Amino acid sequence: MAGLAATVGSGAMTNSIKDIVEADVLLVTGSNTTEAHPVLSLQMKRAVRERGARLILIDPRRIELADFAYLHLRQKPGTDVALFNAMAHAIIAHDWVNERFVRECTEGFEAVKTAVADWTPERAAIVTGLPPSKIVAAARMYAMAKNSAIFWAMGITQYTTGTDNVKALSNLALLTGQIGRPGTGLNPLRGQNNVQGACDLGGLVNVFPGYQKVADEAARRKFAAGWGVPYESLSPVPGLTVTEMMNGVVDGRIKGMYIMGENPMLSDPNLNHVRHALSQIEFLALQDIFMNETAEMAHVILPAASFAEKSGTFTNTERRVQLVRPVLSAPGEARPDWQIITEIANRMGHDWSYDSPEDIFTEMAALTPQYAGMSYERLAPGGLQWPCPTPDHPGTPVLHVGQFARGKGLLIPVDYKPPMEVTDGEYPFILSTGRILFHWHGGTMSRRSPGLEAIAPAAEVEINPADAAAYGIGDGDWVRVASRRGQVVTEAKVTERSPVGTVFMTFHYAEVAVNLLTIDAVDPTAKIPEYKVCAVKIEKVEQPEELAV
Amino acid sequence: MIQADRVVTSTCPYCGVGCQVDLYVKQEMIYRVDGRFDNDVNRGALCVKGRFGYDYVHAPDRLTTPLIKDGDGRFQPAGWAEALDLVADRLLAIRDQYGPDSIAILTSAKCTNEENYLLQKLARAVIGTNNVDHCARL
Ligand code: SF4
Repeated sequence: MAGLAATVGSGAMTNSIKDIVEADVLLVTGSNTTEAHPVLSLQMKRAVRERGARLILIDPRRIELADFAYLHLRQKPGTDVALFNAMAHAIIAHDWVNERFVRECTEGFEAVKTAVADWTPERAAIVTGLPPSKIVAAARMYAMAKNSAIFWAMGITQYTTGTDNVKALSNLALLTGQIGRPGTGLNPLRGQNNVQGACDLGGLVNVFPGYQKVADEAARRKFAAGWGVPYESLSPVPGLTVTEMMNGVVDGRIKGMYIMGENPMLSDPNLNHVRHALSQIEFLALQDIFMNETAEMAHVILPAASFAEKSGTFTNTERRVQLVRPVLSAPGEARPDWQIITEIANRMGHDWSYDSPEDIFTEMAALTPQYAGMSYERLAPGGLQWPCPTPDHPGTPVLHVGQFARGKGLLIPVDYKPPMEVTDGEYPFILSTGRILFHWHGGTMSRRSPGLEAIAPAAEVEINPADAAAYGIGDGDWVRVASRRGQVVTEAKVTERSPVGTVFMTFHYAEVAVNLLTIDAVDPTAKIPEYKVCAVKIEKVEQPEELAV
Repeated sequence: MIQADRVVTSTCPYCGVGCQVDLYVKQEMIYRVDGRFDNDVNRGALCVKGRFGYDYVHAPDRLTTPLIKDGDGRFQPAGWAEALDLVADRLLAIRDQYGPDSIAILTSAKCTNEENYLLQKLARAVIGTNNVDHCARL
């Protein structure tokens, strides 16, 4: 979320699910919303069907939302910055800029104007493969509508240029003033149920809860006092990100690891590297509700309670904090994660004495300005959207009304950089990855539901009919997909959803772990691995014995 | 019609939309899930995961006891006290020998706010490192 934090001062979705229907134009890019955020996509469909909103879909794949799109721009994967810069170019060249907004509420206009001066739609057409007229039409629709809202998901952030992609999108909103009102805004759709909360509460290398920087002395003093620890014991040095941690294990800097409820063996790019790293770690402890590929490599596994067996809160993609309530007791000796962590802290010489998650919430809210006015009692009816600074504050459905969190919105010039790995004669296809509706991430939860497993049982690689014909591959044939890092064998799904030259796979299936193929080049700012683009070759093979049913 | 032993309102555990659900329980099994209407998030709607994806809670392969790997690389069931002591002792030993930044912590986008808060507090206030991250970057 580094891109948005830099341009508007906060990395979260600016608007609310409720106000999607107030948009006149929806620009959706890098989000297969109907599959990844199905119920939120209902609001997009309502906006189009019932309110006559126009949907601009920017996505190489012919996803379901294409049926609702007024314009579908199928750019070459990884060329988004070129496209967004050309849209900014068109907005400036045709005088579609909201001049009063730019003057009063933003800074950096001249720098962006200069940076996009060369990005004519004609030049972007060569890079993106899109007709210039379509690029201009999209820019015009977005800029001229009364209310336009932008939505994106991992399809935008999972590139080495992910932070640039977000800045380039942000420039479009700032040039046109499409922010700070219902039906507008910059809206990153969070993937897993509580990514927003994990970030808000300090599951990041450089910030305490509430995005208070560890490098900031005042923040360290505040948390030292709040936690009753010596000020000197809190480190001012930002830590290592997931990808850096795995490298750290290999080069000997990291000796011990503690993992709660994650399976990096499946969700990290370049899985072989992660396996190699974890196999040589001195000590690995893990708490989870199931055995998984990472747990197999652990020295100690602690059984945790599922969401149905504990209380607490999740924060959804629109910054709404909502209650989780227990309905069952945990199986066997499994315990809620908060109890496990408390026990470990106390065995390491501390004296934590939480009675309940509500107890923890009270401490957490006192140290986290965005949550300061919240309590379980206030959250019970429908939750509250942060920032909610005081006990009488109603919460904040729309961010940046009248003023940006950082004061003025910052227009930041970004230049187009091609993806780290490009196709060549040996690896002629672009592999793109994503998720499908019926399963969730590593599938540890959803794949244990017989109903969901029956609808989407086997991994597939989607191939365009023209490419399939060229390689003699039919629907349902077995195909080997190989990159420079690894190979997998899976079934072919011949479909127009994938454009010519691009194949698509999901990362839900442990037995065909697509992350064996992907590249662990990371975006230098956000450290998001480049799952989305790598170069592969495909060939038809016989059905492998171990996958025969 | 089955009469529920209890119905509890909660939040769907699958995606960032955060739909509000009513979980119906009979004989300690979630047998039905309804979307709640009294909110601005899902207004009664749920997708297939949120409506039918709860079998995992009752799956026979849930972890039910702490496990410690023995000398042959096989997991053996252990008591909580033994497992927690081992984790705390090993983390302390590593910290003392190599320094706090030799330990890395992964929090979870699937766990609650309270749990994420506590685990980063463990990293920062107890161990003394900012090596704390989570696996989902959006
Ligand atoms: S019901 Fe579907 S859309 Fe709603 S939170 Fe659950 S997974 Fe997301």
